[in-house]
Amino acid sequence: MGEINAKILLMDKDVLLSVSGLKVKFDHHLILDDISFEVEKNETLAIIGPNGAGKTVLFKALLGLIPFAGEVKWQSGLKIGYVPQKLALPRDLPLTTLEFLRLKENNLAKIYKILEQVGFQKNKPHEGHLKKHVLETKVSVLSGGEAQRILIAFALLEDPDVLLFDEPTAGVDISAEETIYSLLHKLRQKQSLTMLLISHEPEIVKKYADKVLDLGKQQK
Amino acid sequence: MNNLLFLILVGIAVAAAAGYLGSFMVVKRMSLVGDALTHVALPGMAVALTFGFSPILGAFAALALAIFGVWYLQEHSEIYPEALIGVVFTASLALGVLITPEAELLEALFGDIEKITPIEGLLAIIISFLIILITRKISKKMILGVISEELAKSAGIAISKLNLVYLLLVGVVVALGVKFVGTLLMGALVIVPAVAAKNISRSFKNYSLFSALIGILSAVIGVSLAYLFQFPAGPVIVLTSAAIFVLTFFLRKGESVC
Repeated sequence: MGEINAKILLMDKDVLLSVSGLKVKFDHHLILDDISFEVEKNETLAIIGPNGAGKTVLFKALLGLIPFAGEVKWQSGLKIGYVPQKLALPRDLPLTTLEFLRLKENNLAKIYKILEQVGFQKNKPHEGHLKKHVLETKVSVLSGGEAQRILIAFALLEDPDVLLFDEPTAGVDISAEETIYSLLHKLRQKQSLTMLLISHEPEIVKKYADKVLDLGKQQK
Repeated sequence: MNNLLFLILVGIAVAAAAGYLGSFMVVKRMSLVGDALTHVALPGMAVALTFGFSPILGAFAALALAIFGVWYLQEHSEIYPEALIGVVFTASLALGVLITPEAELLEALFGDIEKITPIEGLLAIIISFLIILITRKISKKMILGVISEELAKSAGIAISKLNLVYLLLVGVVVALGVKFVGTLLMGALVIVPAVAAKNISRSFKNYSLFSALIGILSAVIGVSLAYLFQFPAGPVIVLTSAAIFVLTFFLRKGESVC
C-alpha cells in the first residue's frame, strides 16, 4: 500500500498532482483499478462516472485518508482544501456557523472576506441578516445551498492551492447549483486555484472543466 | 463546616471537569460508552483496597488499561465499538463486585465523600484544573472530529490519537470522582450536565460552559443537601443534575435559547 509522496516533480509542465497505477481495494473488491492522470496548475479536472465507480474513494485516496496501492504525487508544499459532499450533522448539534469557521481561522476580518467571496454579502442591509441567520445560527440547520457555501468558505480559509470538491451541488436546489458553479469559476479565475471536481452534471462539466476523468470508462 | 466547604470545593472542581469533558462525549454520541466506562473503575478500586493503596489510583490504573485495550481493539479489529465496550465493561463490573471486599462494596459503588482525605481532595482540585486546560487545548480538533472525521483527517488531525487522549482524560476524571459519587453513578456526572446544557444551548461555547456550570451546581446543591439531611452525597448529586435536566427540557420549548 502506498503513501502520498511529496517529492518535487521535476517536469517542464507545472504538474501539481500526478497519479499512476492507483488501486483501491475494499474487502477483496477492487474499487479503483489502475487509475492514472495528471493535474496541472490552474486546471480544473472533472471526475465523472456512475454511482459506485469510486469517485469519492478516489478523493479519499488522494487525501491519504484510506490505504491504496500505486503512486500519488503531490507537488511539495501544496495546501489542499477539501469540500466534502455535505456534512451529515444532527440538527441539535450546538455549534454556530461562526464557531465552525473559527475551527480553522480565528481572524474575523478574514472570515468576513472569505464569506463575501462565497457570496454572502456583509454590507448593509445584509449585515444583520448574515449575522443573525447565518453566523449565529446552528451550522446544522443552514439550507443546502448555504451549508455548501459555508463548506467552501471553510476550505478557502486556509488559502489552498488546490481544491477538491466532492459533488458541490449534491442536495442543493437548481438555482443554488448554478450559483455555486459560477462561484467556483470566479474563484478559479481570481485566485488561480487548481480544482478537482466530482460531478454528475454533464452540462456543468462541459462548461467548467478543462479535463475529464471518466471512472466508468477507466474501469472497463 | 470547614470540611463541608472543602468537600464542596473538591466537588466543584471534579464536577466542572466532568461536565466539560462530558459536553464532548454527548455530541460524539458516546454517552453510553462514558457511562459503561465508569464501571471499569470497580475492579481497580477493589485491588487497591485489598492491597492498601489509594482507590483513586487503582481506579485510574484499571480505567487506563481498559481504555488502551478498547482503543487498540477498535483500531485493529472489526468488532463494533459498542459491542466491545459492552463486553469489557460489564465483565469489569462483575469482576469488581466479586473481588471488592464486602465492607467496601457499597462505598465503591456509590461513593463516600467522608473518606476523601485532604491530600486526595487537593490533588483532585489541581488535576481537575489541568484536565480542563488540556481539554480546552484540544477542543477545536475534537469538535472538527465530531463534525466530520474526514474533514479532520484531511486537516492533518490524528483523530485516533486524539480520541485516545480524550478517553484517558475521561479516565482521570472518573477516577477522581469515584469517591464522590461511586463507580455506578460517576457516568451521570459526566453525561447528565451535558445533556441538560444541550437543551438550552445554540453555540458550543455556551454548551460546554453550561455543562460545566450545571455540574458545579449539582455538586454544590447535592453535597449541601446530603450534609443537611445526612444522605449519601453521590445519589443526591446525581438526582440534582437529573432535576436540572428536567428543568432545561421544559425551558427548551422546541428551540435552543442561548
